[in-house]
Amino acid sequence: MQKAVIVSNVSMRFRMNRERVDSLKEYAIRRLKKQLTYDEFWALRDVSVTVEKGENLGIIGLNGSGKSTLLKIIAGVFRPTSGKVEVHGDMAPLIELGAGFDSNLTARENVFLNGAVLGCSRAFMSTRFDEIIDFAELGEFVDVPVQNFSSGMVARLGFSIATLVRPEILIVDEILSVGDFKFRQKCQKRMREMMSEGTTVLYVGHSANIVKDICDKALWLEKGEARMYGDAEEVCSAYEATGNVEAEQ
Amino acid sequence: MKLRIHLLTFFRYRELLAELVKRDIKVRYRRSVLGMIWSVLNPLLTMLVMSFVFSNIFRNNLPNFPVYLLTGQLVFSFFSEGTNRCMSSIIENRSLLLKVYIPKYIFPMSRVSASLVNMLFSLIALVIVMIFTGTPLSWTMLLVPLLFVYLFTFVLGMGLLLSCLAVFFRDVLHLYGVVLTAWMYVTPIFYPVEILPEIGQVLVRFNPMFHYVRFMRHCIWAQEWPVFNMHAFCIGFSLIALSAGLYAFFKNQHKFALNL
Repeated sequence: MQKAVIVSNVSMRFRMNRERVDSLKEYAIRRLKKQLTYDEFWALRDVSVTVEKGENLGIIGLNGSGKSTLLKIIAGVFRPTSGKVEVHGDMAPLIELGAGFDSNLTARENVFLNGAVLGCSRAFMSTRFDEIIDFAELGEFVDVPVQNFSSGMVARLGFSIATLVRPEILIVDEILSVGDFKFRQKCQKRMREMMSEGTTVLYVGHSANIVKDICDKALWLEKGEARMYGDAEEVCSAYEATGNVEAEQ
Repeated sequence: MKLRIHLLTFFRYRELLAELVKRDIKVRYRRSVLGMIWSVLNPLLTMLVMSFVFSNIFRNNLPNFPVYLLTGQLVFSFFSEGTNRCMSSIIENRSLLLKVYIPKYIFPMSRVSASLVNMLFSLIALVIVMIFTGTPLSWTMLLVPLLFVYLFTFVLGMGLLLSCLAVFFRDVLHLYGVVLTAWMYVTPIFYPVEILPEIGQVLVRFNPMFHYVRFMRHCIWAQEWPVFNMHAFCIGFSLIALSAGLYAFFKNQHKFALNL
């Protein structure tokens, strides 16, 4: 089977300046006084995971366990401090719906702009345009500037674009928690369709239930380290079990 | 090999570059009644004010002063607008850069390109002034596009350098406005270079903008063919700026996400 994402021994270190030094004067003074000290913080330590084409991986863990950092490294936003990431295939991130929209532009213009951000040509976006607007239920608002949209409308448009460009790999970061009940159902249905068509999905969430529901494999991160990796069902049960134990204590 | 990969990525994202340039131009004049006409009207009105001030209040004996002034002004305002907009390009596109992988140089590049388009529109102002002042046409004007290539390279290089610097030291955003004002005064835009003291006439050669402005004026105002030296200075400064910009940008770009 072909691999879609290979993460090998990835570690990520952040340097947290106790006070941010971002003025030239301050930088010069501290450089001279040798006061440029950093607190080190390892967001990820030696994490490895392989996702095969068509497989769906859920990443679970508490807040601050490094889930989003891992996704950003896979998406190519951060460069890992050590280790390597290989991605085979087109990737569309659904990290924050509507990120990358220009609020001055209309929905129509934003579809093409956002499409270009995901690496799709204008010609390709034109063929998908009607479908995108239909799914987002924005028929009457195509030529209205996005700044006048409600947050739900923005989310719908963002989701619609990222899924209808048919990426080979879809990265989803807890977006299903926004939007109303109806929209959430629609999104889940859409994601299931994509999965059955062979799209590889990387899903991040706190909720073990959704991961169990939609993913084949799961990775459990704890304080930046991989605590457990394997079949989604097993990992989620173990994750929930510790949650219950901690809740009881 | 590495260059080939860069070129392939650039090819893949060329549509994004086009979209960003379009967005820049659309957003700039959105909701203004006159729209793109402002790109023509703006330099024209500034030129009128300046040429009134400098030909009536401060005397000068330059022939065809409006064209002299406008050529310098157009070149310098492309530089100042282009570098200024480039400088903030990485910071302002934070939300995108933190979510998706995009070759980061696309942002400064789109800003310079948008400024170039804006300047090309502003050339209409120059044509209008040339018609009014009865400036004759000349074959030397055919070299203007070549100047734009030199200038574009220079502005892109400076822009890359500034955009990178601004990510790590936000002070640059405020400081650069002052630098630009000073830079404008040391460039002979509304005065002839001959009025500078001797030492000034030597020093002005170290100012890259002097060479680009002089090149433009040679083609349009003096209507003489630029000599070899003029090309050499323009190309030299462009290449220095571009290599410095590319070096700084590519060396630091992986740290951008951590500082935004």
